[in-house]
Amino acid sequence: MIEAEGLTKVYGNRHVAIEEVTFRVERGQIVGFLGPNGAGKTTTMRILTGYMPPTRGQARIAGYDTVLQSLEARRHIGYLPETVPLYPEMSVRAYLSFMAEIRGLSNRKAAVERAMALTGVEDRADTLIGKLSKGYRQRVGLAQAILHNPDVLILDEPTIGLDPRQVKEVRDLIQDLGKTHTILLSTHILAEVQQICDRVLIIHRGRIRADMTLGEAMRSQRPTRIFLRVEGGDRQVVEALNALPLVRRVERLEPGVYEIAVADSANQDPSPVIAETVIRRGWRLLELRPVGFTLEDLFLRVTSQD
Amino acid sequence: MWKAGSIWHLGAMRNLWVIARRELGAYFMSPVAYLVGAAFLVMMGFFFYADVIFTIRSRSEPALRYVFGVMTTILLFVAPVLTMRLLAEEQRLGTLELLLTAPVRDWEVVLGKYLAALMFYLGLLAATGVYPLLLFWMGGNPDLGPILSGYLGMFMFGAALLSMGLFSSSLSQNQVVAAVLGIGLVILLAVISLLADGITNPTLQQILNQLDLRNHLTNFRRGLIDTSDVVYYLSVIATFLFLTVQILNSRRWR
Repeated sequence: MIEAEGLTKVYGNRHVAIEEVTFRVERGQIVGFLGPNGAGKTTTMRILTGYMPPTRGQARIAGYDTVLQSLEARRHIGYLPETVPLYPEMSVRAYLSFMAEIRGLSNRKAAVERAMALTGVEDRADTLIGKLSKGYRQRVGLAQAILHNPDVLILDEPTIGLDPRQVKEVRDLIQDLGKTHTILLSTHILAEVQQICDRVLIIHRGRIRADMTLGEAMRSQRPTRIFLRVEGGDRQVVEALNALPLVRRVERLEPGVYEIAVADSANQDPSPVIAETVIRRGWRLLELRPVGFTLEDLFLRVTSQD
Repeated sequence: MWKAGSIWHLGAMRNLWVIARRELGAYFMSPVAYLVGAAFLVMMGFFFYADVIFTIRSRSEPALRYVFGVMTTILLFVAPVLTMRLLAEEQRLGTLELLLTAPVRDWEVVLGKYLAALMFYLGLLAATGVYPLLLFWMGGNPDLGPILSGYLGMFMFGAALLSMGLFSSSLSQNQVVAAVLGIGLVILLAVISLLADGITNPTLQQILNQLDLRNHLTNFRRGLIDTSDVVYYLSVIATFLFLTVQILNSRRWR
């Protein structure tokens, strides 16, 4: 649905914003687009939406080239830029109706009502946008993006500045939309990606540094801490596990419950060895799982390179 | 959607109209537009009154020459204020990004906005039409030719100023900056012939005189509609609308 091939954008002959950015997003995927500020997220999104062309490379949306078939490509995209583009002097309904007209929709009224219902802004339909709260504005922006039921949704920081309840609502909405739309979502909130995305793309200094499913991302990270529940052994467990070279320190949280810090030098997951040790000593292994894996670890690792 | 070539034009016209209509709506929601419009009409009323007194004293038939002269000057300030919001505000709000990523062409956005400003201005101009009508109603016998051609001249002159104002609005995110730039630009082109006095090269002198926005009003006020004047104003409009589209386009190579 979204294809980026070797996208490079150079501003004013000097500043290279993105370089050789290549990725694909398949139909029905929700992809989290991560990166530090200034890494090139917005530039990439602006190229995909046809706002500006790449210096080199090409992008296709639903098979349409964003430069050569720009208008056709734009019809298949819903876009929520970082600054939510709203006209404060218009009512929600008038604004959406204008956008529907701009997009040349034939059943305008139905489209507007549908978008308002999906984003839960019907109760403010006739309120001037300038008088709306931040949460409502964000949702009106989202309503604008899904107005024409586009194949592809490109959302730049959709939950920024919302209160926790609104964040949850918008996330639920995005997750819901993800069932029928292809979504590329940029965000700073890693938990958000973990919660709603199928895949993660990390961009750093204009280059894609990680492109994997969330499962792969989990597996690619060796755990730094492991949670262990064992029946039997008691204090001997600490001793036995401490002896393992991959283990830095074992902490007994309560009888039978341990937290194991993995040695910094370990280049493999110590879980198999731990399991083996526990079983060999005749104790019963009740639970063994990595804890504290966060996308943050991956993000920090990837973005601290060079 | 609009695939067939013959319907393409309809699609473009429709986009133009959608943008122009929203913009007109924004005019009527904007206190600035009301204020400027009201100030313009009040000032014109005042000078119309002065003109009538003057013509009565000089025992000539009124032709509103004085009124048109004053209107020319006032418009240099009014037009850029009417257009300052058009693109500057869209850039500030981020809605320009929305328009430019919607299935609409850049020039449709520019032309649509220009059309809205033009219609608002036409409305203002039409409102001043009350004054000549008053002359008839009061039993005067005004010289109709110069009044009608004078109005046509004012329309073309104003239309040129609006295109320059729109251009200025594309240069800044700040409405005030856009207005100041616009006023500077239109004044420059309205007094450029003054430079001609100090120049000995006759060709250059001729060019400067021809470039002057106000010089091309003279014929209109005399009741003459000269094609070259009309072509001049149309060229100014086309040039600045073209430049505006280029500014929007510049995001592509910046």
